[in-house]
Amino acid sequence: MADGLKTGLALRDVHIGLAGRELVAVDLVIAPGEIVTLMGPSGSGKSSLLGHICGTLPAQFDVSGQVILDGRILDGCPPQDRHVGILFQDDLLFPHLSVGGNLAFALPASIKGKDSRRARVEEALKSADMDGFADRDPATLSGGQRARVALMRVLLSEPCALLLDEPFSKLDSALRDQIRAFVFDLCRKNGLPTLMVTHDPEDGAAAGGRVINLA
Amino acid sequence: MLRFVPIITIAFMIGPVSAGLIGTLLPAFGILPALGGIEPGLDPWIALFDQPGLWQSVRLSLVNGLVASFISVAIVMLFCAAWQGTAVFRAMQRILSPILSVPHATAAFGLAFLIAPSGWIARLVAQFAGWERPPDIAIIHDPWGLAMIAGLVAKEIPFLFLMTLAALPQADTERTAQITATLGYGRIAGWFKATLPRIYPQIRLPVLAVLAYSTSVVDVAIILGPTTPAPLAVRILGWLSDPDLGLRFMASSAAILQLLVVVGAIAIWIAGERIVAVLGYGWAQNGWRFARDGGLRSGSAILAGLAAGAVILGLVILLVWSIAGFWGFPDILPRGFSLRLWMREYDAIGRHLGATLLIAIPTVMIAIALVLGCLEQETRSTHKPGRGAMWLVYLPLLVPQISFMFGLQVFFTLIGLERTLISVVVAHLVFVLPYVFLSLSDPFRALDPRYGQTALCHGASPARVFWQVRLPLLTRAVMTATAVGLAVTVGQYLPTLLIGAGRFATVTTEAVALASGGDRRMIGIYGLLQMVLPFAGFACALLIPAILFRHRRGMDAQNRG
Repeated sequence: MADGLKTGLALRDVHIGLAGRELVAVDLVIAPGEIVTLMGPSGSGKSSLLGHICGTLPAQFDVSGQVILDGRILDGCPPQDRHVGILFQDDLLFPHLSVGGNLAFALPASIKGKDSRRARVEEALKSADMDGFADRDPATLSGGQRARVALMRVLLSEPCALLLDEPFSKLDSALRDQIRAFVFDLCRKNGLPTLMVTHDPEDGAAAGGRVINLA
Repeated sequence: MLRFVPIITIAFMIGPVSAGLIGTLLPAFGILPALGGIEPGLDPWIALFDQPGLWQSVRLSLVNGLVASFISVAIVMLFCAAWQGTAVFRAMQRILSPILSVPHATAAFGLAFLIAPSGWIARLVAQFAGWERPPDIAIIHDPWGLAMIAGLVAKEIPFLFLMTLAALPQADTERTAQITATLGYGRIAGWFKATLPRIYPQIRLPVLAVLAYSTSVVDVAIILGPTTPAPLAVRILGWLSDPDLGLRFMASSAAILQLLVVVGAIAIWIAGERIVAVLGYGWAQNGWRFARDGGLRSGSAILAGLAAGAVILGLVILLVWSIAGFWGFPDILPRGFSLRLWMREYDAIGRHLGATLLIAIPTVMIAIALVLGCLEQETRSTHKPGRGAMWLVYLPLLVPQISFMFGLQVFFTLIGLERTLISVVVAHLVFVLPYVFLSLSDPFRALDPRYGQTALCHGASPARVFWQVRLPLLTRAVMTATAVGLAVTVGQYLPTLLIGAGRFATVTTEAVALASGGDRRMIGIYGLLQMVLPFAGFACALLIPAILFRHRRGMDAQNRG
């Protein structure tokens, strides 16, 4: 993927403000495979920080500092070139595509040929215990299945870092532990520097990494 | 490239209006070199003011426009206040939406066939009253313009209702209604006191557009309006079409006068808004709850139902007339039915539908592409358009057509594009673009931006996000906007007539031309033909996404509305 060494995701003295008010200020480095949890009340700018990292934050926010991924400065780089994946609390599977279509959407174009792309999709579904789901309508999946497809979709896009925006808050509690374990395992296995924002302390505990509280 | 789309779109809306106004203003003061007018002067105005009954025409336009708009707004507001959130409201929503696609001229013909002295209602009454011949009173073309007002009201109610519907979610109306009800307010009073002040700013531009339209309408006025004298806009068209080219100067001053009439109507309306706002502010706080409003609620439903019913029944009567054999006066139905006239007109119908589509297809395609470009550009850029942008969108709907169409014709002649398809398409775009924009902008902006963000974070380029994510998700909205655009271009009378200068005989120009002849069977055929294309468009907008996405249940949510 990226040419440089895997040095993780660095947020160097990042400040985000809106209309003269500072929302969030962080300075941290997330190593490959590390999961850092950012806790804070709503309105504390957690989601704005994620938007800033993946490059979709509207211009009216004032930002300073640097975002560096594997030695590459991301600031000014368009979102599609950043290789930063994001998962929201809603799975946001594209309703017009099949499950397999959603996964293929994320698969890089460098994987050529219908058969080999299909194989990658099947493989991803298999690793999520969802063999044979490729032609299903996403609307027919259970909440847990949708969450797993959303994660597989992000991983197939070969990100170099992963952002989680309260990804488990819409799941019921029985499912939550299972999906948490699934997501965190894959983050570690893929060596992804992962930043999770949440207001659920259990998320942080389950991630087992550093927990940073935003005031 | 995408960056310039909003500018190009605005140019397509504002350019023809400006060019047309200048092209009207100059001849209004005597300057039109093509007809030998070189010296500026006031002669056209002097000639205009010498016209008999001029001020009566002005008064008819002004008063009828204001009255028709006020009645339409009042009925829509009362109905929304009385029934919002109920099954009756949802039923009305389903009835009124398709009526929106009925061209003004068709609705006016239908109404004429319904209420004329020998119309269907009189035939119904005759069964009981024992009438042998139609009552001898002028119901349509009445000197007061009441029939014309009725026609305008029936057609504007669906438009204002759907505009209000779009504004409602922004005012948290459901919970407001709960609060006012628990405070002891009747539905209507609670809505007028707590909800109306919040949604009126949203529907103000559509209301003003209705006012400008009603004050300067041509086709409905020809079909239903007074004739001696006719409302100003109809007389202007007469002068513009006169073989005596010298009348073009006076017609231009009259077109400027028409613009002033519309400006005056808008000024009176805004003054009225102010007064209502001041009085309403006190009224909202006086504690009167009008808890027993059952009568008024039923009344509002009856009025709205009457308006919708008149259009629908009118369409049925048009259909019956188009296949009627002999149909003597007091008979409710014709003695026999025949497709003879449809057969005879078969070739002509094909030609007129062809001419209509020849204009409609490029117009709607350009409009959809430009509007999608504007909205996509808005999504990608961080600069969001302000309220001023909405005034730009509505501007072509606020300036009376007759005031700039002649000038636009002069302008096209000047650049050698007179009577060409290009110029007619440009003239149609002026009116199609705003409606397509209004139809598409809400669903486009309502699309969850995180779909796009997610796709970008998967490494998809912005172009790919547009073509593979946003556009498919908006299939239904784009199809609906296409149908709206189609309905607007099919319904255009004046731009087709004046800019095409008779070269493009569409179903609408043919239908309105039949108005003076009074051949009811032919009017029935052409009135219905006007409906065919818009209806087909809306049917496609419903069916195609349903078929394309029949295995994607999640698209139902995207496709609603």
